[in-house]
Amino acid sequence: MSQQPQIDIELRNVVKEFTGRSGEFQTRAVDHVSLTIERGEFFSLLGPSGCGKTTTLRMIAGFEAASSGEILLRGKAVQDVPPFHRPVNTVFQDYALFPHMTALQNVMFGLEMENNIPRPEIRRRAEEALEMVRMTPSQFHRKPRQFSGGQQQRIALARALVKRPAVLLLDEPLGALDLKLRKEMQYELITMQNDLGITFIYVTHDQEEALTMSDRIAVMNLGKVLQVGSPEEIYETPNSRFVADFIGETNFLMGTVESHEGICATVRLDESTPIRASYRSEEALTNGQQVTVAIRPEKINIFAAEGSVKHDDGTSDEATAYREKLLRDPDIVMVEGRVEYANYIGTDTRYTIGFGNGQKLVMREQNFGLRNDTYYEVGSRVFIFWDYETARVLTH
Amino acid sequence: MEQTAALTPRPAPGAIEFNQGKIARDMLIRRIGKIGLAFNPIFAYFFLWAPILLLVLFSFNDSRTVATWRGFTLQWYANVFNNVVGTEARFSTNLMLQSFGNSIVVGIVATILATTIGTMVALSLARGNFPGKRLLDGLLFLPVVIPEITQGISLLIFFNVVLDFVNQTFGTTAQLGFGSIIIGHVAFNVSYVAIVVRARLSDMNPKLEEAARDLGANEWRTFWRVTFPLIVPGVIAGSLLAFTLSLDDFVITFFVSGVGTTTLPVFVYGLLKLSVTPEINAISTLILLLSTLLIGTAMLLLGRDAVKL
Repeated sequence: MSQQPQIDIELRNVVKEFTGRSGEFQTRAVDHVSLTIERGEFFSLLGPSGCGKTTTLRMIAGFEAASSGEILLRGKAVQDVPPFHRPVNTVFQDYALFPHMTALQNVMFGLEMENNIPRPEIRRRAEEALEMVRMTPSQFHRKPRQFSGGQQQRIALARALVKRPAVLLLDEPLGALDLKLRKEMQYELITMQNDLGITFIYVTHDQEEALTMSDRIAVMNLGKVLQVGSPEEIYETPNSRFVADFIGETNFLMGTVESHEGICATVRLDESTPIRASYRSEEALTNGQQVTVAIRPEKINIFAAEGSVKHDDGTSDEATAYREKLLRDPDIVMVEGRVEYANYIGTDTRYTIGFGNGQKLVMREQNFGLRNDTYYEVGSRVFIFWDYETARVLTH
Repeated sequence: MEQTAALTPRPAPGAIEFNQGKIARDMLIRRIGKIGLAFNPIFAYFFLWAPILLLVLFSFNDSRTVATWRGFTLQWYANVFNNVVGTEARFSTNLMLQSFGNSIVVGIVATILATTIGTMVALSLARGNFPGKRLLDGLLFLPVVIPEITQGISLLIFFNVVLDFVNQTFGTTAQLGFGSIIIGHVAFNVSYVAIVVRARLSDMNPKLEEAARDLGANEWRTFWRVTFPLIVPGVIAGSLLAFTLSLDDFVITFFVSGVGTTTLPVFVYGLLKLSVTPEINAISTLILLLSTLLIGTAMLLLGRDAVKL
């Protein structure tokens, strides 16, 4: 194995414009997208519907021609290569199995098109592929309509993988499956990808799915790639309001930069509430700039302003003493607030905390014990605190 | 939150009361409606089916006058095939069989041409992307809508102009005949075939063709391995429809047929000019039987497949 990562797919400034029926309007579905996808990567294109992720995938497959820019497959430009000559295969959203062929015939189809494989080998490889996706020989000769959604999904996967593609493209392949089956298939896809070492490009609008499965994610909106990174990077250090909002749940607080140094900025939300938050060092902040601070609900901790604070290790503290102890840590940001809403959601309780001058934050606390033990009454005074590094300053 | 409580509509207090009179009235209306639904098609179809049933019935009637039933006979069918039709000397079984043969030949040739052209038209309208496509799509229904008499006359004028031109230019003596009948039939059948196949194509998932290309099939193999097998029921249904229409056509054929090229419907019309005889009932019943068989097969093919996909 060479240490140099090998690039399977490269997109250079790819633009796709669609022209209306009579040519009077144009929409830019994909807007100067540049990406490099390494060999063996599980790469996700994530974004809301209409963000250009499927169009990007279709351009890689060859179903759409880029209006400008270059697509390179293992270093070779493929603009003029028709889809049937590209070493990539697609698993379609609605499977697109040929309804007039059996499962086996569906899988054999791709190999038959290669013209130079002897018939017995075609059959053997097709059967192997079907077995790999856990289909039993008794099912080989059934027509697609006799299979459930999950089984059709597997056949579609076998049909694409039997071609031994350099890159497998998956267009929301689990979209039509119910939640439980989807989780199962997610696991199977990851395992299969690890075993085969094939590059997967996975299109989805489901942020949880993308976080669970991907090595890297490209978040797209309005035809543009906003951020590319590992699931951790995307989730913990979003570079824009859109990414922070699209991935997981986030609180947004608006304010102006009061001072900044290193990666720590003090942002004044209103007259009485300055808070500290971190920012990306490449971001050039100026004092007085309008910014957004993003904080994830699960990063926020809570304790009652009066009485004692019980800790997970069984010990407890007086609230005032606990507060003073915490404030000795320079990384801690703490505000006093009032519980406005409490929302029991099984694993957690979600609290909406009002503080400062009409500011609100949603936080969640896991229900460790019986709920009564940790319950904060609506209207009660509480302190909430977080590590300043978990709060991010976003400029756009 | 305090304000919203006041805005919330409250449920009406007390027990729920039913208006028994209104319920009884509505139930009665529903019952009458159900009976009406069952009888409606019978009324609607009466004038369609009653004459046809009478025709079939009287083709077995043991009486020369059409009005009364005198008992069952196969005499008229025998007459048709034994060269005797009443006292009419101009009838001959030979002539009838010859025009039937003409009908079949015209039908087969016109069907093959119309099916091929119609399928190609459907494909280009469903998959193609060219200016004026929507206009052409709409024009597809024209032959279905315009009166046959108009089509017949226009074809006659067209053939006259073309034949005159050809005969004068090349010194030939081409005239109306098989060629003109077949072209006329193809002209209106193309639309019917194209409409049926087009419907089939728009039901088909376009992703299937993409999947085929994705798996390495070029356009030619995609068509023959995926598209065509999926539209073949539509193509067969369209061709059966075309064949039946061609076999039954009278008006257009009447205008564009030449001397000596009579099809069966035109032949029957010739007999009718003199009098309606039971033998004509017999011939008509036979034509009806053949058409029904063909259309029935077409519908069966379409229907069975609609369930399959």
